[in-house]
Amino acid sequence: MKKPNALIFSGYGLNCEEETKVAFEVAGAKADIVHINDLISKPSILKNYQIAAIPGGFAYGDDTGAGKAYGAKLKQHLGEEIEKFLERDTLLIAICNGFQVATSAGILPGALIANDNARYTCRWVDLKVTSNSPWLRGIKQLSVPIAHGEGKYVASKETLNKLKKEKALALTYVKGDVSKHFDLPANPNGSTLNIAGVTARNGRVIGLMPHPERATRFTHLPHWTYLKEKLVREWKKMPTDGPGIQIFKNAVQYFK
Amino acid sequence: MTHRITVRAKGRDARAEQYLRTLKNRFPKVKLRDVAVTESYTIDAKLLSKELETLSEKLANPIIEEHSTGAVLAPKSFSAAIEIGFLPGVTDNVGHTVQEMIEDAGRELKEGEAVYTSRFLFLDGSLSEAEASEMAKEFYNPLIQRASVISAPQFKKGVPVVVPKVTLHERIAADEVNLEVTDEELQRIGKQGIENPDGTRRGPLALSLRAMHIIRDHFRALGRKPTDVELEALGQTWSEHCKHTIFADPLDEIDEGIFKRFIRGATQHIRAKKGNKDFCVSVFTDNSGGIAFDDEYLVTHKVETHNSPSALDPFGGSITAIVGVNRDCLGFGLGAKPIANVYGFCVGDPKDMTVYFRDADKTRQVLPARRILEGVVAGINAGGNQSGIPTPLGFVATDPSFDAKPLVFAGTVGLIPRKLRGKKMHEKKARPGDYVVMVGGSVGLDGVHGATFSSEGLSKDSPATAVQIGDPITQKKFSDAIVREVREKGLFNSITDNGAGGLSSSVGEMAKDSGGFVVDLEKVPLKYPGLSPWQIWISESQERMTLAVPKSKWNALKKIFDRHGVASWCIGEFTKSGKAVVRWEGKNVMDLSMDFLHDGRPVEEQKSQTISKGFPEPMPEERPRDLAQALMEMMSRPSIGSISFISQQYDHEVLAMAVTKPLQGRGRVNADSGVIQPLPHSNRGVVLAHGYAPWYSNIDTYAMAAASIDTAVRNAVATGASLGHLAILDNFCWSDSYNPTRLYELKRAAQACYDVAVAYGTPFISGKDSMFNDFRGFTESGEPIHIAALPTILISAIGVIPDVRKAVTLDLKQPGDLVYLIGETHDELGASEYFTMLWEEIRKKDKKYGHGVSIYQTIGNTVPQVDAARNLKAYRALEKTIQKGFIASAISVGRGGLGVALAKTAIAGKLGITADLRNLDLRNPNIERSDEVALFSESQGRILVSVNQKQKRAFEKTLRGVTSKLIGEATKKEVFDLTLPQNRLNIPLKSLATAYQKPFKNW
Repeated sequence: MKKPNALIFSGYGLNCEEETKVAFEVAGAKADIVHINDLISKPSILKNYQIAAIPGGFAYGDDTGAGKAYGAKLKQHLGEEIEKFLERDTLLIAICNGFQVATSAGILPGALIANDNARYTCRWVDLKVTSNSPWLRGIKQLSVPIAHGEGKYVASKETLNKLKKEKALALTYVKGDVSKHFDLPANPNGSTLNIAGVTARNGRVIGLMPHPERATRFTHLPHWTYLKEKLVREWKKMPTDGPGIQIFKNAVQYFK
Repeated sequence: MTHRITVRAKGRDARAEQYLRTLKNRFPKVKLRDVAVTESYTIDAKLLSKELETLSEKLANPIIEEHSTGAVLAPKSFSAAIEIGFLPGVTDNVGHTVQEMIEDAGRELKEGEAVYTSRFLFLDGSLSEAEASEMAKEFYNPLIQRASVISAPQFKKGVPVVVPKVTLHERIAADEVNLEVTDEELQRIGKQGIENPDGTRRGPLALSLRAMHIIRDHFRALGRKPTDVELEALGQTWSEHCKHTIFADPLDEIDEGIFKRFIRGATQHIRAKKGNKDFCVSVFTDNSGGIAFDDEYLVTHKVETHNSPSALDPFGGSITAIVGVNRDCLGFGLGAKPIANVYGFCVGDPKDMTVYFRDADKTRQVLPARRILEGVVAGINAGGNQSGIPTPLGFVATDPSFDAKPLVFAGTVGLIPRKLRGKKMHEKKARPGDYVVMVGGSVGLDGVHGATFSSEGLSKDSPATAVQIGDPITQKKFSDAIVREVREKGLFNSITDNGAGGLSSSVGEMAKDSGGFVVDLEKVPLKYPGLSPWQIWISESQERMTLAVPKSKWNALKKIFDRHGVASWCIGEFTKSGKAVVRWEGKNVMDLSMDFLHDGRPVEEQKSQTISKGFPEPMPEERPRDLAQALMEMMSRPSIGSISFISQQYDHEVLAMAVTKPLQGRGRVNADSGVIQPLPHSNRGVVLAHGYAPWYSNIDTYAMAAASIDTAVRNAVATGASLGHLAILDNFCWSDSYNPTRLYELKRAAQACYDVAVAYGTPFISGKDSMFNDFRGFTESGEPIHIAALPTILISAIGVIPDVRKAVTLDLKQPGDLVYLIGETHDELGASEYFTMLWEEIRKKDKKYGHGVSIYQTIGNTVPQVDAARNLKAYRALEKTIQKGFIASAISVGRGGLGVALAKTAIAGKLGITADLRNLDLRNPNIERSDEVALFSESQGRILVSVNQKQKRAFEKTLRGVTSKLIGEATKKEVFDLTLPQNRLNIPLKSLATAYQKPFKNW
């Protein structure tokens, strides 16, 4: 089977493209990092890709609000091309700053505003999956890190109702393994209905604040040395994979 | 023509709530009901109404925000409004982004057109105008910002638009300077700078009278007067900051200077001894130090300080520190990729409200320790997070000697292939004929006199233009371009950072390889018109790097930068003429021989003067009765307690390299080391660790330096680093350094650096010194005061762990695990955190002792000594047990002693400990204070580990020949149960954990 091609956006302060590329490659895709200006000057290259990813970062330093400037650029120069891309049977993932960009550009509904603690926060969270999105197939719950200052999801009542009906409120923060282990609150930012991620277009497009690409190895887990000691004493081997890799494997699987 | 767009949140605004919380904390007596925030964008350009509307729509997301292009959006009711904006010329990153948004929509901005941002805070409550002004002070820094308080009635009449545009009325020319004057005048020129036509001075050249004589004689021989460009360039090039004169020049019997003898000397000795196991690749010569990581890659490390600027503007100072040291990484070899940042803040106690002033009239108040810490924390947050570089490690240390002027350390680790296209990547050389290319941002007055300013102490004349604010996104863009494309294609021969000294320094340094240069200053892009040639040449405007580019590759290089949205300019050419030539509109304004520029500096014969210090110990009645209570108080001291509020706001997960995290275990305890895995396909890891012990300098700087190295090495080994593949970096921060007794202390510290580094076989690979951490100002009662920072060395360790899956964290893992103390405990309470704490209590009760360092301080004399030969054996054994997988947890015993280490490992593991601490000090088992020694002595070389009971025998066998003692075990019951020689402690773990979280709980 031919490997699906993933395009990963870069430029202007996005900064998670390399680990996102690694995650796709480990999962079995071919991945390219493409600067947004290169895409703007030659949008036709989108035709070569089945998967697109807007990775995390700090586009334009979050100036005037996270995702706004990059979102405006994306919409203005590539709005139609992305629409055409999504009309095909493709997948798109927007992670963290990418999610903020995608909502600003109108690719995903809602908006992301400052965390309730008004501070950039880096920690691990637990997510519950309530969606049939191809990105989330086979996953019920997973632990992944967040790192953001503006990750509180808000949307109008109508939007929220619509999302609920469409089963597009895909990921919510819950008190799971990691939050219990470290005794942390489930919801890290005050997000409406504990929303961590939403989908569009039947789940083919997903946006989420947490970073699955930073949770692809067992040694990424914040308590792996604790788990390892437990396993050793049960004569069990230490696993290799982390919980986030399944999301990328699902994307590859979708094109098989 | 100006437009103003204002934007505010429609619903709840977390940032406004944060303002309210802060103000309520700071002004508990004022009745404040609410705070609202409106962002303002002032566009100094004529936009069509359609363009203005499009822009407004981009600036306000309709789901969450509303905007206005007319009156400033304000809440219905408020008592006063505060507008805070930047002063002219201060970097306005948000304004810059809005400019790009306008241009992206197809409207090019012309020269002079710009966007300026400001923020309105609306205070609602019953408060006076004076109270509102006090509140404004909490949120702005008058050195870089303006704030205006506007009453509600005034506001309704309309708020004037402020355009902070820079207008310079200076004559743009290079002036000749007459040096055929009296020595008094020469001295004045050296100290206060060249005289302007109006009689004011331009700011310190930091040139001694001897240096001024040499310069005068040089130009006398040439038969002409020097230009101001030449004098400024010499001042900058010869500065302590750039030439490290104190380390380079002879000191007493050490003719080659202490750097060559002790620092580089240690490295040479170690490398020779290691032979083919030498892992050093590029040491001391480049912007960072580089060591082998594996067969294909090098890792680099560099740690910088940014103390003087951080004292004036803590945010600007620290963001510039971190993005600046990122450039030291990009400027290693042919460009290393930044993969981790580290930080360290030495500050006054944030709870201390002592007030200082820069001037006798008490008009210019120094920021209190709390504001300094808040600012420097926020600066590294912005710089590190926005650059997408993880921050796995850092610390906070407090002492009254850091009041008014903090130490701010920022470091960056890099990764670079050993070879690309057959070329060794750590080697670089500008060639004659290469273009001098500058990339990044334009040049303004920012940082003019930064290098010379940090070579002087901090006084009232410290120039405000020395303050700069970093722009991490501009830098991130060129970082991407360099590391991903330009480097791979081999489009340049050399690269270096534009840091201290600006172009003068970067071009001057690179040109040493080619043998000269010519630069045309009018080709250097400016932020605003009106800069004089000398200002352009030495400006430290941030986010710039200088590259040496072969002519044939300039077009290709420029094209790549253009695609990345990065500006680049060819401003001159490297030559082999032996001359450093700078032109302004075709005319030479600097024409110096390279030899004179770099080697003309006078060598100062430095003499030191012996000093020894002794202090009493606390009297028996000054000792605590309740040691459990004392331990809890120790846990909540700012140098020991949790700094999770920092660790959690610094992204340590980006790049997906993190293996051990800054907060470890269920109880989330700050670690003193961090492990990262730089390559996804290899389990090999990089270990980072820090060591510092400034407090020991109160007694003896040799002990301070030795403990700093021992601590850094110990922290690294405790997490799994290989001792045979571990390097260190030194950052000396001294004060009052021309004082002969301080030089004596410096010599002793440098000697310790040599002794301990050689004993451990850990070479120095890079370092930096900051020699004038002095504050000279006035107290609240108008008395002059000199606060001298304790001589401090931050040792940063960088090493390799062969397999990250063997890395060890500090939290106890399972009940029943055995707890061992490796290493010896002695009566070494001198300058310990414990004695420091007791002294603070004594001082609090008796005002006569005053503030700051005191000759009466009861910190004792028995400062911890390092027995490197003994420790080395222990560390080697520990490394082996970790490799064999016997160790479940390990924590190095550091500040606060064994009591604190036991508490930390227990809090982290959320498990109790039962331990017997009798008979620890074998030399001196039955002294009166044996309980205090057991708990709080800071003897070096100790590591506390826990081991699965089933591994007991195997573990003990590996540790044969090393002092180690089974002292207890981890328990499920969450109680801290210690048997001391004379007492028994029984403390609920929860109380200890609460105490540990206390110092920065609401930060």
